[in-house]
Amino acid sequence: MNIDLSRRSFLKLAGAGVAATTLGSMGFGEAEAQELALIRPFKLATLTEIRNTCPYCSVACGIIMYSKGDVRKEQAELIHVEGDVDHPTNRGTLCPKGAALKDFVRSETRLSQPMIRRPGADKMEPISWDDALDRIARAMKDDRDENLVQFNEAGVPVNRWTTAGFLAASATTNETAWATFKAVKGMGIAGFDNQARV
Amino acid sequence: MTNSWTDIKNADLVIVMGGNAAEAHPCGFKWVTEAKAHRGAKLIVVDPRYNRTAAVSDYYAPIRPGTDIAWLMGMIRWMIENDKVHWEYVRNFTNAAFIVKDGFGWSDGLFSGYDPEKRDYDRSTWDYVIGADGYAEVDMTLENPRCVWQLLKQHVDVYTPEFVENITGTPADKFLHIAEMIGETAAPDKTMTSMYALGWTQHSKGSQNIRGMAMLQLILGNIGMAGGGMNALRGHSNIQGLTDMGLMSNLLTGYLSMPTEAEVDYATYMSTRNFKPLRPGQTSYWQNYSKFMVSFMKAMYGDAAQAENDWGYHWLPKLDVPNYDVLRMFELMNDGHVNLYFCQGFNPLMAFPNRGKLTSALSKLKLLVTIDPLETETARFWENHGEYNDVDTASIQTEVIQLPSTCFAEDDGSLTNSGRWLQWHWKACTPPGEAKLDTWIMAQIFTRVRELYRKEGGSVPEPILNLSWDYADEGDPTPDELAREVNGRALSTVYDTADTSKVVVEAGKQVLNFTQLRDDGSTMCGCWIYSGCWNEDGNNMARRDNEDPSGLGVYPNWTWSWPVNRRTLYNRASCDMEGKPWDPTRMVIEWNGEKWVGNDVPDISPTARPQDVGPFIMNPEGTSRLFSRGMMRDGPFPTHMEPFESPMQNVFNAEMRGNPVARVFEADVADLGTSDEFPYVGTSYRLTEHFHYWTKHNRVNSVLQPQFFVEISVELAEEKGISNGGWVRVWNKRGSVKAKAVVTKRIKPLICDGKPVHVVGVPLHWGFTGVAKKGYGPNSLTVFIGDANIETPESKAFLVNIEASEEPVA
Amino acid sequence: MTDTAPPPTTAVSNPPVEPLSPNLGDGDVVLASATPNLPPPTRQLDPVAKLIDISKCIGCKACQSACIEWNDTHPEIGVNFGSYENPHDLTSEMYTLMRFNEYEDPDTGNLDWLIRKDGCMHCEDPGCLKACPSPGAIVKYSNGIVDFIHDKCIGCGYCISGCPFDIPRMSPTRHVVSKCTLCSDRVSVGQGPACAKACPTQAIVFGTKTDMIAHAEERIVDLNARGYEHAALYDPEGVGGTHVMYVLPIGDKPEEYSGLPADPKISAVVEGWKGPAKTVGLAAIGLAAVGAALHSIFAKPNEVSEHDRVEAGRMVDDILGPEETAELAVSNPDETGQG
Repeated sequence: MNIDLSRRSFLKLAGAGVAATTLGSMGFGEAEAQELALIRPFKLATLTEIRNTCPYCSVACGIIMYSKGDVRKEQAELIHVEGDVDHPTNRGTLCPKGAALKDFVRSETRLSQPMIRRPGADKMEPISWDDALDRIARAMKDDRDENLVQFNEAGVPVNRWTTAGFLAASATTNETAWATFKAVKGMGIAGFDNQARV
Repeated sequence: MTNSWTDIKNADLVIVMGGNAAEAHPCGFKWVTEAKAHRGAKLIVVDPRYNRTAAVSDYYAPIRPGTDIAWLMGMIRWMIENDKVHWEYVRNFTNAAFIVKDGFGWSDGLFSGYDPEKRDYDRSTWDYVIGADGYAEVDMTLENPRCVWQLLKQHVDVYTPEFVENITGTPADKFLHIAEMIGETAAPDKTMTSMYALGWTQHSKGSQNIRGMAMLQLILGNIGMAGGGMNALRGHSNIQGLTDMGLMSNLLTGYLSMPTEAEVDYATYMSTRNFKPLRPGQTSYWQNYSKFMVSFMKAMYGDAAQAENDWGYHWLPKLDVPNYDVLRMFELMNDGHVNLYFCQGFNPLMAFPNRGKLTSALSKLKLLVTIDPLETETARFWENHGEYNDVDTASIQTEVIQLPSTCFAEDDGSLTNSGRWLQWHWKACTPPGEAKLDTWIMAQIFTRVRELYRKEGGSVPEPILNLSWDYADEGDPTPDELAREVNGRALSTVYDTADTSKVVVEAGKQVLNFTQLRDDGSTMCGCWIYSGCWNEDGNNMARRDNEDPSGLGVYPNWTWSWPVNRRTLYNRASCDMEGKPWDPTRMVIEWNGEKWVGNDVPDISPTARPQDVGPFIMNPEGTSRLFSRGMMRDGPFPTHMEPFESPMQNVFNAEMRGNPVARVFEADVADLGTSDEFPYVGTSYRLTEHFHYWTKHNRVNSVLQPQFFVEISVELAEEKGISNGGWVRVWNKRGSVKAKAVVTKRIKPLICDGKPVHVVGVPLHWGFTGVAKKGYGPNSLTVFIGDANIETPESKAFLVNIEASEEPVA
Repeated sequence: MTDTAPPPTTAVSNPPVEPLSPNLGDGDVVLASATPNLPPPTRQLDPVAKLIDISKCIGCKACQSACIEWNDTHPEIGVNFGSYENPHDLTSEMYTLMRFNEYEDPDTGNLDWLIRKDGCMHCEDPGCLKACPSPGAIVKYSNGIVDFIHDKCIGCGYCISGCPFDIPRMSPTRHVVSKCTLCSDRVSVGQGPACAKACPTQAIVFGTKTDMIAHAEERIVDLNARGYEHAALYDPEGVGGTHVMYVLPIGDKPEEYSGLPADPKISAVVEGWKGPAKTVGLAAIGLAAVGAALHSIFAKPNEVSEHDRVEAGRMVDDILGPEETAELAVSNPDETGQG
């Protein structure tokens, strides 16, 4: 036997029924006592709507992102994601992943600062963006200078850098892809690939 | 996809084989349920498991992993034998009539020209007979014994329903039932759509699986039609875009190809890319290759690319091997030949085969840089997680820099969906902490390297110093600037080639589309097939008119699709030789006597007479190919090959293991197992509750599918004393995983060659980061061998053993 | 607030972000638990219904996902126990659950993977509401939605045994009972439920009950043509019909869909509670409430002392008798450790 009664429930229960008079005398008005329809307030009211597409599979469902604040003007926090009924493919529907996109955006394991793991270390430590980027650029320059294959045996210029490799993300935009393509191929990295092979 | 997601509603029959559309693409699969509910369409599912797509199918048949070619060749044989052939289509729109060289043949499971030492074919005989007029010889009666049609008949003859059953485990009665259903779509006004994904690609002969179905679809006349097509359901939101944009070792943008070192200069490079038509009057659109290539080089190197320096041809890296794909890179890495590695939104430690080897390889890097919104196993490969990642942290000398990037919710830009629609999206919220845009990160890395070269000089600085990086803020290019560059613009005024007084596009203006590109340096274009995405009309990818005037699900003004906003590829093939639609109720385009008009952008020159010009304008033949000439390394027809790890010998040739021309690194040979030791067939797949290794970071998705499991039949469970919900260990020579067992009636032993074959299903999605229970990916077990043509790893068929076990120690 | 939201006719629309007055109010309540003198409703809304077409359902759990996200619930991340069903059961944080059954047709031997979205059926004659002793803790609107008003829930769990479908679940931490609200907050601004909006194949549709029945009839014709000769609409009369209905391909065997009752009825015990036991029980709880309110009305309003717990339990025991309350405890999975 374990029936739990919360104090708040007691009050509401009493207010609505048996002990209305008592409660009324204690300052609880009639209005609350008679409230029957307690509908949860609609949580999207006054949020900003932004259109986006789901980043998971290639159906690319239209979604509406509901944010507190307008990111074009201020800090904005994602509150809810829902399918976009206007989108011809998904017509407002979403799969179990798309319906939970907010959880990806606000996941506890989202990364929020650059980190470095030193050789042999058993943990990561923070590093500033500037230091991280300079370190990367230095490593690339040094390795390219040392290992770029400038000519093959026949003397043909081949400008092939095979001691560095780059895997590109297949959920980034085409615009990111173009910037990445230029930088990576421009430097001569031969081992350049994306998820198309898996 | 040749068609779009919304076009699937036009299908009369849907076959899902080599994929699991309901599970992996639920909202796209909606259009299958629409076709069923509103067109009376039927759904066939062929899969090793009765999966969630099968749950709503009209007919299901099981198949042994890795035997799809035998099944598909059997299907083609049945169509030919039972006259379920769309003859006018086959005769005119495929290369059935083309005459093949005498030397070509097939025996003992191998095509002519095999060299076992090189593990390669001499493909010189796999081609057409070229006549005195310089064109390929044809026999429109299809009776010449050397024509493609006759060779195909001969090739598929062995694949009887009984033969197919013996290899694939699909019972002959089920196979025949499906054959009857498919055969109905040989009628000109009936269509079948094929929906497939990694169930077909992740094999050592994955490309041939897909060709098998493409050939069947051509024989039935289902390509180019509304409700037809070959629909590859791409796995990631922008995998289509990344491929289109050429972010691969062997590609440049728009399927232009990387130069090899044998192509010693630009003229040599172009000499094999002139794409002269093989039949009179054919379009052979790749004849415009040089316009796209020069415009691309101008986009890369700007003013530095000039005719005099071959447009900067020598600054491009040149390949000495066909591919520096991921498998090769990890092989090189494991041998100590790679120092720096970047993973941008990619978790290779879970995505590629043989995780033990991947860990070993990553441990040999000097520097690993990860760029990701989330924690990944790759960024933490050095961290000990008990049995889940049992590494010796202190001995791993790799430095790891983990850079936090934004995600879709925090950036603007376009993604290309499976149906080739480029859809623009807008950011909605503030990124967490110091997370940065990927474009910013790439610009920062590039400009800092460039700065070092400016200051210090160094090895071949020209491609870096000359790379066009013309953005308002060089350290932070905007998506708008990049998209406009991808579309291309006129660098100097472009004139009409027929009438040079006529201005096509003024200097500085965005080109309308790729038809305005030139090879004289007057235009630049990042990716020719995307040209049109952001022209002088503005950002066409952001269009949001969802009207569908034809009712066929075309949505011509919704965002923008490549090429030139065409929604159904090869749509000229939806009409007969007079240009009349095979099915007038689903008219995609039609010939009005003067030009092509209709509901989609015609996939042919608008004024090309239907009797004269073939529908497959990218091919020099003007037709599609039942016989692929020497374009694929493993044969011009698909032939049955066993997986590298298989419970059966190849019935054609007991000596042949896997795909005889697939690349196998010597180090991996010892890791291959046989069925004496590992009697069960493992196969990997997605579950609908998760997306790869991302959603295990999400609370909700982890609630819906919390823990790694494997699926086995009731029969195998009984045989091995495994209880439902209990722990099992699954292992082979490459690795071992522990999982919960889901014992199910949905997997049944297949009877192949009289013996039962048990399948062990190993889903993706679990690792050692995130909020879901710790687990493993199938890649602890999969084979480090890829498809012979494109190096997609053979993750859908491998051998394992299984036993009851205990919970792993975290 | 500006305009009053219209009643919804479909789930296929984008939600408003402008503030709207809800279209469900006190005047739409047609039944309220333990409230004999309920004022008559001021209008009759069109009855609504959610129709779940099992023949279109792919078991993807988008409905579960959308439900969690919309209702901001926090189900636990559990373990795999040899099934695709997760969580293992409905909980106070998981209002809907895909249930999977591998069914082999006894005649053909063919396998059907029967997948049913379980959750509140929103009965026309709601057993939970009848069983509930707390005034106004369960209400039914004239459109058919049966809603739990958590602020008025006393956590007694009677609704659980009153439900012929075994749906409501007690929260072990908040001590209130929860279940699907049919997204009354969405319906009140003219939207359909979150699950129906999300459902990728539109196996879940939402609208007026009349429209949903018509839609079901079309689906049954299609299913008949595909060999499901017993396909049927599930809208059981024993509870006066429901506002969540199924299209069952194997309509003659509802039990095969993970135990969907063929002929659900409110238990005789609960029907009996209409009589003296309920009134007495109610009075006892009411007294306790007043007593509690008097000595700590403004302090920690959401906490319950051990004393309160024991006292209330004793009073209910005294009046209802220990056998009946024991039965309640057993029927409540949270309390038997099965939740």
